[in-house]
Amino acid sequence: MISALWVMIGISLLLGAVLGYSSIKFKVEGNPLVEKIDAVLPQTQCGQCGYPGCKPYAEAIAKGEIGINKCPPGGEEGIQKLADLLGVEFQPFGEGAAPKGKAVAFIDEQTCIGCTLCIQACPVDAIAGAAKQMHTIIASECTGCELCLPPCPVDCITMESIGENITNWKWRHPVIIPIKVAA
Amino acid sequence: MRTLFAFHGGVHPPTHKDESTRTPIAQTPLPSKLVIPLSQHVGNRAVPIVQVGERVLKGQKIGRPEGKLSSAVHASTSGTVSAIDMQLVAHHSGLPDLCVTLIPDGKDEWIAHGGVDTKQTSHSELRHLLRKAGVVGLGGAVFPSDLKTDAHHHKIKTLVINGAECEPYITCDDMLMRERATDILRGAGILRELLHAEEVLIGIEDNKPEAIAAMQLAVGQDKHDKMEVLSVPTMYPSGGAKQLIRILTGIEVAAGVRSTEMGVQCFNVATAYTVWRALAHGEPLLSRIVTVTGNVSDAQNFDVLIGTPLDELVALAGSKPDTDRHIMGGPMMGVDLPAGTVGITKATNCIIESSPKLFPPQPPALPCIRCTRCTDVCPAELQPQDLYWFAKANNFGKTQEFHLFDCIECGACAYVCPSNIPLVQYYRYAKSEIHERERDKKAADLARERHEYRQLRIERDKQEKAEKLAQKEREAAAKAAQAAATPDDTQQRLIEEALARAKAQAAVAHPQNTETLTPGQSAEIAAIEARRAKIREMAADAGADDEPPKSH
Ligand code: SF4
Ligand code: SF4
Ligand code: SF4
Ligand code: SF4
Repeated sequence: MISALWVMIGISLLLGAVLGYSSIKFKVEGNPLVEKIDAVLPQTQCGQCGYPGCKPYAEAIAKGEIGINKCPPGGEEGIQKLADLLGVEFQPFGEGAAPKGKAVAFIDEQTCIGCTLCIQACPVDAIAGAAKQMHTIIASECTGCELCLPPCPVDCITMESIGENITNWKWRHPVIIPIKVAA
Repeated sequence: MRTLFAFHGGVHPPTHKDESTRTPIAQTPLPSKLVIPLSQHVGNRAVPIVQVGERVLKGQKIGRPEGKLSSAVHASTSGTVSAIDMQLVAHHSGLPDLCVTLIPDGKDEWIAHGGVDTKQTSHSELRHLLRKAGVVGLGGAVFPSDLKTDAHHHKIKTLVINGAECEPYITCDDMLMRERATDILRGAGILRELLHAEEVLIGIEDNKPEAIAAMQLAVGQDKHDKMEVLSVPTMYPSGGAKQLIRILTGIEVAAGVRSTEMGVQCFNVATAYTVWRALAHGEPLLSRIVTVTGNVSDAQNFDVLIGTPLDELVALAGSKPDTDRHIMGGPMMGVDLPAGTVGITKATNCIIESSPKLFPPQPPALPCIRCTRCTDVCPAELQPQDLYWFAKANNFGKTQEFHLFDCIECGACAYVCPSNIPLVQYYRYAKSEIHERERDKKAADLARERHEYRQLRIERDKQEKAEKLAQKEREAAAKAAQAAATPDDTQQRLIEEALARAKAQAAVAHPQNTETLTPGQSAEIAAIEARRAKIREMAADAGADDEPPKSH
């Protein structure tokens, strides 16, 4: 029993030390340029740019390894923002990298077998559920990255596009004729 | 005599108010159905709390407020809920929103209700009652009134009651003041109490002499103290909150500052009236006065149940066949309604039936000639032509630098623009684009935070696992070594020494306050000690199970 106690104490001390050490050693030195680029990326964390998330893409751009037109969720406006930020020319999207409309994932809760694979895939922890339990998407946190679709063994996740509604509706660039009081 | 102040700019469009003020406010018959939107206020949509097929009574709550910034919605008459679904609503987007459709049973049967003695009721209770009664600002902003009566520790000197009603065609506040002045003032009195305001200033444009007379009479009759009805010059947009505050008090509410910070709060006359009905009579906001005018045979004001279909309302005023559009609000700031089926909402102050003859199509816009007429009339002292230029070029950052969000969308600039530029449309466009970017930015920040947290968690889990594994291996190795070593192995000795020290310390720490215990207390302590010993034993057993397996 005493040895068990010591084991536990030892583990906790060691873990503390390791965490403390790693927090210093693995601390990402804030590269201001990377931070700035990351700030204009849409944070969908979808990997469509070929990097495992927005930050890695930002790092690659900062190193000049890759073009600024690889992020479909950002749209052309995103490219424009990057071009402005970096003082480079606007580059249009290449083949097959066109942006899509906004969408959120939806789990058919009748079909879900509770395998937890989607939870492991979700980059922003927007899926709630436990082993052998039905899973569900927290729509307000979902970035629409689609990363949870492929791992699902029963194909019960679909993307539902977010249509226009009263809350997100926008006034259009003027085409409407204003009303003027008849004299 | 109080001195009045002037605000910058302003215009004098033809008022067209006489048409709808010739007859008193008319009661509308019960409509065939009521389409009651659950989002009629600023903030979160109310959550429906009735079922399809359920019978509801007049005044029964059918939507409960969701979150702080929200308001309740009620059944405007008794009847049966026939649907809870997406219906076209009176909103400039022309998009559907969640509505409760109610088929009246003709009995107009009230739910049990009653007022409170406002003098005997606490302020927080009064605010709660306002929220429960679904009272929102009826001047057009539909901001929940309970929140506006909380001055957030700012000392409020003046309560401004807005009866200016400066926009052409609209006369609902005018008629309300003529006919129901007493209740308006009592409502204003409660609002003053809630805000601890010293004085009440009621501003009414001088083109409404009957309303001014009625209100002044009511002030005298009810002997309201420090309450003044003031006639202000007719000048559009004197009814803008900042503009009226400026006229009555001389206070300039600066950009981005709330008027409460300057010691002033402003409510519309119809809101004050509703506050009184809600608190003194327990009547939720079920109806409002709506002006129906324009291309109709009998323009007048109606007391309309919330949810009344637009078609049925305008038919009462004799809408003419060549009507091609329904405008909600006035001609300067109003918006086109998407269909005749939409229900009247708390925000609907006026319906203008429009025909090509009444409002001929605007000639095409010409380039801006930089005449600066728009600058001259802008009540917010902005540079409309610059704002237009930046909004058109999608240069939203610049529009913000030029204080786009101070623009009250009054339309004075577009009214005087010789080039017929739909200026306000550009400002609305720019504002909603900026709002969307802010929404996106918020969502992106949230996603970044959650993603970073997840990365951290995964990294931590990995390290913890690795550590545990390493630790176990080390333990096992130690055990093996121990088994091989002599009993007085250093590690064992160290452990024993530490244990002895701990025991000695425990012995030194005597229990306190044990000298004067009753036998009962001693027995209790003994029982507790026994339980503790038992738990220790159990823990020891469990601990033994946890011992790492020996690797041999
Ligand atoms: S493509 Fe996806 S992961 Fe890459 S930067 Fe854009 S949003 Fe981020
Ligand atoms: S991957 Fe599919 S089946 Fe598995 S938990 Fe997620 S939704 Fe359910
Ligand atoms: S009134 Fe019209 S034309 Fe004149 S400066 Fe303003 S926007 Fe330009
Ligand atoms: S609409 Fe805006 S810019 Fe134009 S006059 Fe009114 S406040 Fe000024």
